[in-house]
Amino acid sequence: MVGIIDYGVGNLFSLKSSFAHLGVDTEIVKNEAQASRCDRLILPGVGAFGDAATALRNSGLDKTVKQAAEHGVPLLGICLGMQLLFEEGLEFGSHEGLGLIPGKVVSIKPLINGNKIPHIGWNSLSLTNEDKGLYKYTENGEFVYFVHSFHAECDDKYITAKTEYGSMLTASVRNGNVFGAQFHPEKSGDAGLRMLKSFCEF
Amino acid sequence: MITKRIIPCLDVRNGRVVKGKNFLGLNDVDSPVKLAAEYSASGADELVFYDITASFEERKLFADILKEAASNVFIPLTVGGGINTVDDFSRVLESGADKVSVNSGAIRNTSIIGEAAKKFGSQCVVLSADIKRVDGVFRVFSKGGRENTGMEALSWLKNGVESGAGELVVNSIDTDGVRDGFDIELLAKVCDICKVPVIASGGAGTIQHFVDLFMQVPEIDAGLAASVFHFGDIKISDLKKNLRENGINVRIDK
Repeated sequence: MVGIIDYGVGNLFSLKSSFAHLGVDTEIVKNEAQASRCDRLILPGVGAFGDAATALRNSGLDKTVKQAAEHGVPLLGICLGMQLLFEEGLEFGSHEGLGLIPGKVVSIKPLINGNKIPHIGWNSLSLTNEDKGLYKYTENGEFVYFVHSFHAECDDKYITAKTEYGSMLTASVRNGNVFGAQFHPEKSGDAGLRMLKSFCEF
Repeated sequence: MITKRIIPCLDVRNGRVVKGKNFLGLNDVDSPVKLAAEYSASGADELVFYDITASFEERKLFADILKEAASNVFIPLTVGGGINTVDDFSRVLESGADKVSVNSGAIRNTSIIGEAAKKFGSQCVVLSADIKRVDGVFRVFSKGGRENTGMEALSWLKNGVESGAGELVVNSIDTDGVRDGFDIELLAKVCDICKVPVIASGGAGTIQHFVDLFMQVPEIDAGLAASVFHFGDIKISDLKKNLRENGINVRIDK
């Protein structure tokens, strides 16, 4: 059972539908009891880092997610949900994240050489290591759907894929059983579904 | 590298996809759910569902269709039509939309752009405008292109972006339904002043029109069309192959 963390931020409909399509049961997780029934968790999110971090804390689910991850439950953060995995977010001030991956979330504006912000659309992945957590069924260069203005700045050892948009941006990360995708696998057609399948088999 | 997007637009009325010529003479085409799945399989990068119904019953039917499509198609879905309040944004987002396109609703009440951007994020707010030349000036038209608002189009779009719109759909009434190519002049002007993604709409008739669009206005992010796709005049897989042969970066699945 895959638990989709519901803290009032993000569109859960497509995530639920994607897993249903893969034949995987999901539960919308609003409290610790629901989380404990799940053998893996998804942390979605859209909007601004600070608002989302506050919403997650106010729901009490921040501790639930952290504890589960520390106990080895596979966790996948998507888009802003991925950014929340880091220690700090620098969108409209400095905000504390979950700290499950060392690093911070910064604006892509200085990096993209005049490209438009947000970075919206389909871009290709450069897989940076042999990591098969998300990418068991993925080839280098496959296209996924991005919508973001910030990205994660962290040690290369955590980065599993990058994408070129004026310069190389962080597309996905991993720290043990904690995964993050800056793009939306649930909106990336067949390529994205294969990543969710890979995550479910991890 | 980021790719240029190809976006079929599905005008939905009474549960069917329709396409008129110059906004008139609607034709019944096919089931939106079936078309959505076919487009996704053939390489569409995104879909727009446009609700051209009026009554409460039809609106419910539209929501059901949207849910069914969103359960089967895993690419971004934008919904437009009948978006007048922030509650309308919530209504379609809950039915599976990823982005919401506002047109006449923003003309009636400009603050909806900023309110929706604050609540759902700019990435969710698409400002769509129907634009026509009147005495040499680009004007914004409302009510499906029937009524001249008198507003100058380029400043309207620029203000929309400043208020929080994360993307623009620029539909040229002059070229819409005529299948004689996109409105290059208008689109180039919009791209000059608006630094968010711009989706070109109105006038696609052949594959070459898309090639011309992306070659002549390199800042354009996406091309949107309806009838040429619905009637099978252009296959999206052929279109993308052709764009790639012309050096335009597009997504073609491995």
